[in-house]
Amino acid sequence: MQTDNILRIKNNSSVDLSEIIILSYEAFSEAAIQLLKEEQNHCVSYFAYRKENDLQFLMAVADDNHHDIAIISHLLKDGETQALESLTPAIFALHIFEREIHENFGVDFINHPWLKPVRFSHDRFNQNSTINNYPFYSIKSHELHEVGVGPIHAGVIEPGHFRFTCNGENVLHLEIQLGWQHRGVEPLFLKKNNLQRNLLAENIAGDTVIGHTWTFAQTMETLAGITVTEQTQMERALALELERMAIHTGDIGALCVDAAYHLGAQVFGILRTAIINFTQSWCGNRFGKSLIRLGGTYFPFTEELKQDLLQILARYEKQFLEMSHLTYRLPSVQNRFDFVGNITTQQARLLGTVGLSARMSQVVRDIRVSHPAYAYQRFPYETMVAEKGDVFARFLLKRKEIKRSIAWIRNLMEHFSFDASQTKKPVYNLRLKPNHFALSLTEGWRGEICHCALTDQNGALKHYKIKDPSMHNWKSLELSLRNLEISDFPINNKSYNLSYCGHDL
Amino acid sequence: MISILLIAIAALFFTGIINKVKAKIGGRKMPSVFQPVYDLIRLFKKGAVYSNTTSIIFKIAPSVYLASVFTAMLFIPIGNLHSLLSFHGDFVFFTYLLGIGKFMMIIAAMDTGSGFEGMGANREALYSLLVEPAFFILAGSVALFTNNISFQELFLHLHMSSNLSIIIGIAAIYVLMYIAIVENSRLPVDDPKTHLELTMVHEVMVLDNSGFDLALIHLASWFKFSIYGAIISNFLIQVQWPVYVQILSFFFIQAVFAFTIGILESFRARNKMEKNPQWIIMLSAIAIVVFLTALIITNKIILH
Repeated sequence: MQTDNILRIKNNSSVDLSEIIILSYEAFSEAAIQLLKEEQNHCVSYFAYRKENDLQFLMAVADDNHHDIAIISHLLKDGETQALESLTPAIFALHIFEREIHENFGVDFINHPWLKPVRFSHDRFNQNSTINNYPFYSIKSHELHEVGVGPIHAGVIEPGHFRFTCNGENVLHLEIQLGWQHRGVEPLFLKKNNLQRNLLAENIAGDTVIGHTWTFAQTMETLAGITVTEQTQMERALALELERMAIHTGDIGALCVDAAYHLGAQVFGILRTAIINFTQSWCGNRFGKSLIRLGGTYFPFTEELKQDLLQILARYEKQFLEMSHLTYRLPSVQNRFDFVGNITTQQARLLGTVGLSARMSQVVRDIRVSHPAYAYQRFPYETMVAEKGDVFARFLLKRKEIKRSIAWIRNLMEHFSFDASQTKKPVYNLRLKPNHFALSLTEGWRGEICHCALTDQNGALKHYKIKDPSMHNWKSLELSLRNLEISDFPINNKSYNLSYCGHDL
Repeated sequence: MISILLIAIAALFFTGIINKVKAKIGGRKMPSVFQPVYDLIRLFKKGAVYSNTTSIIFKIAPSVYLASVFTAMLFIPIGNLHSLLSFHGDFVFFTYLLGIGKFMMIIAAMDTGSGFEGMGANREALYSLLVEPAFFILAGSVALFTNNISFQELFLHLHMSSNLSIIIGIAAIYVLMYIAIVENSRLPVDDPKTHLELTMVHEVMVLDNSGFDLALIHLASWFKFSIYGAIISNFLIQVQWPVYVQILSFFFIQAVFAFTIGILESFRARNKMEKNPQWIIMLSAIAIVVFLTALIITNKIILH
């Protein structure tokens, strides 16, 4: 099977379903393995959906060098045995997708190392499999003990269960089981009207409002064949960078809390507030809810807002640079952050981590560079990586990304003149192209967000698939804790700051 | 008798001052110095909740803990103001009194059967074990230096006259301050403000205690702080001073002590857990410096 004649699409584009070639499973797995063993490729989404009684598999593989996305497909007929040879032994990053398909449709993946439930979704195939009878991974030994944390979590974090197998203070193995936040978001998308879908997209993950909503809007606009004005595109990118700055600042503050450096925590908390308060003055919500709407916006960015933003940025930047430099140079902070939770480049590639979790281990993976939306084509963003892949690297990378986001926003403010009359009001009355598949990728602050949508012959949504970057990255957290002390878990977890509800959907 | 009262009064303000300093430096609105006392009164009014898995040990532990700390308090003089109890070698008795209280808290934590509490108890036991040599080397050196073996006599005869004895004074105060920090689970060994059970030492041990019992535990740890503050103040207060000056300087030193802890906690992060033992052993090393200095002063080692 040659990989040359595979269907390739661009980010934010749609394609007729008939153009997607359906391969036999042998050809499908051969193509997948051939694609994914190249370093520039990674799987952005792999899912299955019911096509009458059959099961259609779709895999999207993004190529960072050629800036396109390969789509391959396979059809598992109703009458066939619902078992397929697993691709995970060859390409480990696919483990989570295969587990998800197994959980939802009961397809057995032969030779999959561990078909562990992903989230106990409401419509799962095996209704008898519940968290109450889930057999946690355990090691039998008199010298080892288990510590269970969650799902009722300390502080105001979301619920998740963490099972540590420890030898004294040292963690031999950490198992994470999620699913407590499962709300059935994906099926809900099919039932609702466009305004409701828009609101739903804002609530996929409360800390990635802009990231998810923008991806949703791009997917739907592509399917409907409409384009938003240049100004709206810039506004969305601006909002995304503001979100990145705010959350990264909050994260650095939270890292300081965990390291008991309360001075840093308080200052970063104040700085984060400055940014989210600006978002509030722009659209009325601190997290940017109601800012992004299908086809347009009710809250155009104006010259007055630009002046405000530039002022806030100037003040923010001065204070942030000072405080983050102080934190960076503080010996006790370095002592606390260094060598904790190390993930090597090799491990990161194996796990297929995305976004910040990939870049911290020298894996260059950034949608803004590899599959840029219009705003990032016009105002290019230069991505960067950290080296060591530990907590300190994650702290450092967040700090650098904030600085670069400020520079990007400044560049935008300087070279783009905002004019409220250049925006359109939202349109919810969309006519989606029938029998189409659309895919959109966005680099949220956590990493790449992927939304896929399929329509039926009447132009109604048939399937909607969301992939939050946390899907890949939770495994990285599990691995990074091996041979660490259990007391290093909170700071390690905080430095990743992965999403529970984005994963659970 | 007066010394107990003084230590108790100082204890009430201690945490308040630390919190106030930390709030001021962090740019936050400051809570009242009395806030911890209000909290304590509120806790005293409440009943305690006990888990079904706990036994009598869990119920008596807080009382034993407070009693042990209170009894230890009786041995501390302040300058000329005599302690209530005193006998030869009472500093050994003093240390193990505190040890009994801690032991009860540790087995009470085990009694709950919680994975978290066992973890905390394990850490607390380790750190107490490591900090013990520092205290004994220090107390032994001062005993050697003054040729007395009870707290009372020891401090009455402690004169900072020669240059070398100033080394003893400075090093001893440094070590005692950090012993107090370790014993009370403050930064950098532990973070009393953290909400993360996995990183806690003392806090996670008392996770199951509530209401009245928790109030007893809080009170005991305040006393502990104040006791160490009193020992430190004894190094500085001179017996020939008038009594009212001694009392005033006692409070002043306690306030400075609390203030210093507040400052230290504001400008640093905590240690990585695995580096704590190393850090605590450092205190013993400094105590050995005190010991050597005492040997030199008493001419047990002759320098040429």
